[in-house]
Amino acid sequence: MVRGFDACVATRLWGMSLERADVARLAALARIDMTDEDLDRLGGQLNAIVDSVAKVAEVAGEDVPATSHPIPMANVHRPDVVRPSLSQEAALSGAPEAEDGRFRVPQILGEEA
Amino acid sequence: MTAPHDWTRLSAAQMAAAMKAGEVTSVELTQAHLDRIGAVDGDVHAFLHLNTEGALATAREVDEARAAGEDLPPLAGVPIAIKDILVTRGMPTTAGSRILEGWEPPYDATVTRKIREARMPILGKTNMDEFAMGSSTEHSGFGPTHNPWDLDRIPGGSGGGSAASIAAWEAPLAIGSDTGGSIRQPASVTGTVGVKPTYGGVSRYGAIALASSLDQLGPCARTVEDAAMLHEVMGGHDPMDATSLNEPVPGCVEAARQGREGDLAGVRVGVIKELSGEGYQAGVEQRFEEGLDKLRALGAEVVEVSCPSFEYALAAYYLILPSEASSNLAKFDSVRFGMRVEKGTIERTMGATRAEGFGDEVKRRIILGTYALSAGYYDAYYGSAQKVRTLIQRDFAAAFEKADVLVSPTTPTTPFKLGERIDDPLAMYLNDVATIPANLAGIPGMSLPSGVAPEDGLPAGFQILAPAHEDARLYRIGAALEKALAEDWGGPLAALAPELEVS
Repeated sequence: MVRGFDACVATRLWGMSLERADVARLAALARIDMTDEDLDRLGGQLNAIVDSVAKVAEVAGEDVPATSHPIPMANVHRPDVVRPSLSQEAALSGAPEAEDGRFRVPQILGEEA
Repeated sequence: MTAPHDWTRLSAAQMAAAMKAGEVTSVELTQAHLDRIGAVDGDVHAFLHLNTEGALATAREVDEARAAGEDLPPLAGVPIAIKDILVTRGMPTTAGSRILEGWEPPYDATVTRKIREARMPILGKTNMDEFAMGSSTEHSGFGPTHNPWDLDRIPGGSGGGSAASIAAWEAPLAIGSDTGGSIRQPASVTGTVGVKPTYGGVSRYGAIALASSLDQLGPCARTVEDAAMLHEVMGGHDPMDATSLNEPVPGCVEAARQGREGDLAGVRVGVIKELSGEGYQAGVEQRFEEGLDKLRALGAEVVEVSCPSFEYALAAYYLILPSEASSNLAKFDSVRFGMRVEKGTIERTMGATRAEGFGDEVKRRIILGTYALSAGYYDAYYGSAQKVRTLIQRDFAAAFEKADVLVSPTTPTTPFKLGERIDDPLAMYLNDVATIPANLAGIPGMSLPSGVAPEDGLPAGFQILAPAHEDARLYRIGAALEKALAEDWGGPLAALAPELEVS
C-alpha cells in the first residue's frame, strides 16, 4: 500500500514540468513582475530544481508522520496586559510614504474597477 | 608596549585579558580594527556599513568604566561585526537586499541588545547573500565578498561577510545566521570557526526571517574558545521569540576549557558514511581523516554510522526553505518599509517594487515556494518534505545511539572561484549537502578548520554535530581537536593565509 502511494505521487511529480505560463502565473501570485527574458531564464532553472526536489516523494510513505518543527515545543502564553511597544512615529519611520500617522499607499482599485 | 603590536592578531579571549591587564584600551583595540578594515576591506568587501563613531563611543565608555573600577562583562571592549540580517538601531539593515537599502530599523534585535549589554563595540554590518539565500555572497544586492585566502574565490555564504571579516583580521568575532549552513560553510572555506546552536538556543527576535523552522543565529570566531564566549553572550531564553528554548545557556566556555585538557577517553565519535566519497575533494577528505587520527590519539573511539535518508535532505530542504521564505518575504510589499516603485495601483506597485528590489535567487525561491504551497501540490511537495524531515531525525536518533557526536567534512570542497556556479543553482546548492541535515533536525553543529588542502593550499573544514541541547559537546570535542591541530600549525589556521595587500 505504501509503495503504491510512493509510485503514484512520484509519477505525478516527475511527469510535471513548469510551463512558461505556469511560471508567469506563480510570479503574479507572488507579486513579482516578470519580463519575457526573466521568464526564459528563471523558467528553465526552476524546472531543473523542481525535477530534483520531486524525489522527496520516493520515501514519503503514508506511515511516516510529518515534522513541521525540529524541536518539540509547547504553545506560549502571556497575560493580556499592555507592554511598551514602538511609538507610532517609530513604526512609520521606515515607510516609503506616511500621512496623518498612517501608512500611505497608492490607489487600491484600478480604472476598470 | 615598546614595539608596535598588532592587536588584531590576538584571539578575543586574549584581547579581553590584555585590556584587563591594562596593556591595551578598548579604544586602541577598536581603532586597530577600524584601521585594518580601512586598509583591506576595499579588496575583501566584508562590510556593508561601518559604525565607526558608535564603536569608538562604546569603547570609550568601557575604558572609562574600567578606569573607574567597574565590574565589566567578560567580552567588554572586544569589538564585533554583525551580519546584516540582525536589526540594529542607528545602523542601516538590508539583509543584503536592494529592497531594504537605506532602511534604519526602529528597534534592536535581542542579540543586538545582548551585544550592547555585553559592552562590545559594534564595528559594522557584514555582507551576505540576499536574505541569506546563497552559499557564496554572490547573491548580495551590493556585490560579493572576497575570500581573504584568495580574493578571486568565494568566502562562502550566506554569511561570507562575517567569516571573511574574521579571517582578514578585521574583527575577532562576528554574528552569523545558519539556515542550511550559512555559518558553518563560510567558516569552512575561510579557515575559521562557526557554530549553529540548537534550534531555539538563541533568540531570533529581530533577525530578518528566511525559513522560520530552520533559522538559527550563532557565533563566528577564529578559535573555539572565542566562539564559546560569544555563544554564551548570545544564548538564552527570550519571551519575544516564541520558539526560544526556556532552558539555561549551555556551558560552552567550560566545555572548551575541558576540551583543551586533551583527554577524550570514552568519547564515541561517529563518522557519517553518506557524507564522503563522490563529490568530495581529495584534500578535504585527507584533512578530515587526519582530524579523525587526532581524535583517536586523544583517546576517542571512532565508529562509522549510516544515515540513509540524508540522500533526500537536499531535496526536502529546497522545498521547505522556499515555502517558508515565500511566506516570510511577503512583508516586503512597498508599504511599511523599504523600496517603493510607483506603478498605478498598490497591486501593480508591489509587483514592480519586488521585481526591482529582489535579485534572481530570491525570485527563484519565492516562485518555487509559491508553487510548492499551491493547492493540489502541497501534500506532494511540502508535506512529503516534512516527512523526509522525520526520517532524517530518525537517522540522527539512531546514529546518536552509537556515538556522542557525529562528524563529517563541513562542505565537500575548498572555496571555488567567484562566478563559477552563479548560473547553476543546483551546483550551488550542493555546497550545503553536509550542513543541511542539522537544520532539518534542529541539532547543533560546529565547523572548525581541519587544515589546508594539499592540492590548492585552501582551507577545509571539519564538522561536529551533537544531539539537540548538547551544544557543549561541540565545544569540548572542537577545542580538543583544535588544540591538537594548532600544535602542528603553530597557531590558528587563519595565520597561515597569505598576507593581504594593505592600502
